[in-house]
Amino acid sequence: MSDAPVLLEMRSITKEFPGVKALSDVNLVVRSGEIHAIAGENGAGKSTLMKVLSGVYPYGTYSGEILYQGTESRFSDIRASEHAGIVIIHQELALVPGMSITENIFLGNEPGRGGVIDWKVANRRAIELMAQVGLEEDPDTLIKDIGVGKQQLVEIAKAFAKDVKLLILDEPTAALNEDDSQHLLELLRGFKRQGITSIIISHKLNEIAQVADSITILRDGRTIETLDIKADGVDEDRIVRGMVGRELHSRFPDHTPNIGEVFFEVRDWTVRHPISSERLVAKHSGFTVRRGEIVGFAGLMGAGRTELAMSLFGRSYGNYVSGQIFKDGKEIVLKSVSDAIDHGLAYVSEDRKAIGLNLLDDIKTSMVSAKLSKISNHGVLDQVREYEAAESYRKSLRVKAPTVDEGVTKLSGGNQQKVVLAKWMFTDPDLLILDEPTRGIDVGAKYEIYGIIQRLADQGKGVIVISSELPELIGLCDRIYTVFEGTITGEILHKDADPELLMKQMTSAKKAQRA
Amino acid sequence: MSRAKELQKSLFGGTTSNARQFGMIFTLVAIVLLFQILTDGLTLSPVNLISLVSQYSYILILAIGMLMVIVAGHIDLSVGSVAAFVGIVVANIMQDYSIPWFLAVLIGLVVGAVIGAWQGFWVAYVGVPAFIVTLAGMMLFRGGNQYIGNADTIPVPEGFRTIGAGFLPEVGPNTGYNNLTLVLGLVICVAVVVREWRGRRTRHQMQAEVAPMWISVIRVAIPLVVVVFATLQFAGGRIGTSFPVSGIILGVLVVIYGFVTRNTAGGRHIYAVGGNARAAELSGVKLKRVNFLVMMNMSVLAALAGMIFVARSAASGPQDGIGWELDAIAAVFVGGAAVSGGLGTISGSIVGGLVMAVLNNGLQLMGVGSDRVQIIKGVVLLLAVALDAYNKKQGRFSVIDSLMRPFRRDAAPSSASPVETGQEHGKSPVAG
Repeated sequence: MSDAPVLLEMRSITKEFPGVKALSDVNLVVRSGEIHAIAGENGAGKSTLMKVLSGVYPYGTYSGEILYQGTESRFSDIRASEHAGIVIIHQELALVPGMSITENIFLGNEPGRGGVIDWKVANRRAIELMAQVGLEEDPDTLIKDIGVGKQQLVEIAKAFAKDVKLLILDEPTAALNEDDSQHLLELLRGFKRQGITSIIISHKLNEIAQVADSITILRDGRTIETLDIKADGVDEDRIVRGMVGRELHSRFPDHTPNIGEVFFEVRDWTVRHPISSERLVAKHSGFTVRRGEIVGFAGLMGAGRTELAMSLFGRSYGNYVSGQIFKDGKEIVLKSVSDAIDHGLAYVSEDRKAIGLNLLDDIKTSMVSAKLSKISNHGVLDQVREYEAAESYRKSLRVKAPTVDEGVTKLSGGNQQKVVLAKWMFTDPDLLILDEPTRGIDVGAKYEIYGIIQRLADQGKGVIVISSELPELIGLCDRIYTVFEGTITGEILHKDADPELLMKQMTSAKKAQRA
Repeated sequence: MSRAKELQKSLFGGTTSNARQFGMIFTLVAIVLLFQILTDGLTLSPVNLISLVSQYSYILILAIGMLMVIVAGHIDLSVGSVAAFVGIVVANIMQDYSIPWFLAVLIGLVVGAVIGAWQGFWVAYVGVPAFIVTLAGMMLFRGGNQYIGNADTIPVPEGFRTIGAGFLPEVGPNTGYNNLTLVLGLVICVAVVVREWRGRRTRHQMQAEVAPMWISVIRVAIPLVVVVFATLQFAGGRIGTSFPVSGIILGVLVVIYGFVTRNTAGGRHIYAVGGNARAAELSGVKLKRVNFLVMMNMSVLAALAGMIFVARSAASGPQDGIGWELDAIAAVFVGGAAVSGGLGTISGSIVGGLVMAVLNNGLQLMGVGSDRVQIIKGVVLLLAVALDAYNKKQGRFSVIDSLMRPFRRDAAPSSASPVETGQEHGKSPVAG
């Protein structure tokens, strides 16, 4: 394998966003005809690297060079890279649900002349392409009428219609069930025999070990290593070690937990996906939280952690099927967000700009917005109390803004997050659910947020931290649950927590069932 | 903070209104003065002022409701038809059952509430876009008006006409003025002073910087001059006329709704829903209830506007209220509300409505035909909002902000950024 000619070489790629270095000096060598896996934690830079390669970030917005088929390539946009035969299939499929398979395959690439589509040619080629990817359907079937697995095949057929030489699949099996995943992996092997090179990004390490020829591991925007799966005898454990091996100390304030009784318990929590009702996003999940305890939820993207949290928070996600919530020994029923707030729950969402904040608000309006009753008499707001409350949070959380009249859009990510935390602390919660509380925040602000979380726990509140960063969970949490495909697959105490164990439990369903 | 910025902030953005609103008022004053010159003083004459108020009060009442609808992220196209429908219903029952006029008004409001509940149900609980629901309502209630009235006109009794064409009675000694209008003016003057004083006290309690006394004096003096002038004009008209009753109804509504939108939890929920519905929902705001109430409230106000119009024209007809929805929407957008929701104020919408009204009135006084009036109004609406959009892109704020630029040349541009759009009592509350 290693004597095959090099198809693609990315040399010392560096890509910066304002304030963040997403990629720093990354190297990637892909040989012709191989299946090359890219692995790394969330935020390690995998997707950014692929966006650089496919021209989403055009030449000039990054530094370093891309050698493709022996010459330097400077893609100005996706069309340019597709023209060269590089096609990327994203995790979220780019298909139009109301159009047929044929129409989708040739969307933006319609055969014909002068804008008039030659449907005869299109249909004939569609049938050929569908045969090539093993899709047995009527080409006139609408996309919305076929399952996710088949939709994925349509995406691949669409790539083939563009005469693909290098196929990039971003988390291709994330949304697929076991059978569809196996079928897809088999297909990749078939492409390999036809001489098509593939890059596969996946969190499912067993699949990588099963199908890939070589693997490049990224961590914190850097290339850690490139391994030959067979020659180096790479297995899942080896990949995990590469993905997570880093120092965990001194990034967290010192903290001695003071843990009390179990006061919050969830039993048999089952929730359906809001749209595809056969999918369960939480399956008979149960867990407990003690007073003063910081409980982590580890899992990969799409594992169902956010869905679990939001469904608990006044059923604000999905459709409730079964399950009970107990607080201080009594069952509570939370049918709306205001029920949840009244019962002392708070949920800090993972996407503060999209659903956590009203970006038109100023700091003080945001901070009091989840409990206006605390600053009003019979519905009439008391502006002095509002001001004083906001001002005290501004000082105690050290929000960097001259006054609480400042608009929240003017704040940095870390300070916005402090505003959101203040908003929920203002509701006097007993249990705070913090979803990715440090996403998109620089290291210094992270340290402060960790301190705030620990202080909340010391006040006797329970804190749930959902995070995709294992070091964060291990450094911060007293106990960690792992979640895989809507199921809680393990429970690990702080003293036993280590990244490899966590990664294993959150990537493999079979092992999880044994655990 | 530079001295100039400080001054600008305390004059316009301190405890009364911010630069944007001041700018709009400034535009209004400029237009009024322009027409005052062009019409040789006709514009500000008592007769014209009185007819201006009674002619546009119902549009401005609609603008109040429309502002809340638009802030919540919706639109209501049905208000003209709803107004006409309620008008004919009320005229009809008064004719057939000769019930007292105040009872008829009450019934009219109830009919409006029922219509509003109907539209609110579809918008909030079924999730049909308000544009569609109210487009349907526009046809439905226009048809309803013509069905009930047999596409004919129904006159209304004398007592009922008070709410649209009535004036304050002449009481007390003969001063040469309408005494009640004088009293009204005095009350407003006191209110202006009290509000400024309370604003200062609130700032003081918040330990925020309180503007120097002379700035407060200016901020009180200018409105006082305007109020005194207007009072004398309205009170000094033909015997038997005064500040119109419909204007008083409008004024009361502006005060009430201004307070609700600015100073209550419910008002703040409307802005939260329009600013980011999902974030509001996850903060415990009852999204459906807010949407329902906002739509329902609009129809109640439309019912009131319809009745005032019927009272003013002494009869209800099949052509009543045509195009009102567009006038109300124009007022709200000229007044600085955002199409995407979450931004806008009652007072801004009123000023926006007055700008359009004075424009209309002034052009008519000059003898400009209704064809050209339409054209000019269209252009003004487009330019006002376009200038706003342009300025937003430039990172400044709004329309008339740009007219203000000569007044605050030294002010840092950041002082007029999109997030600082609060209103009374400090660039604080609701819209900001």
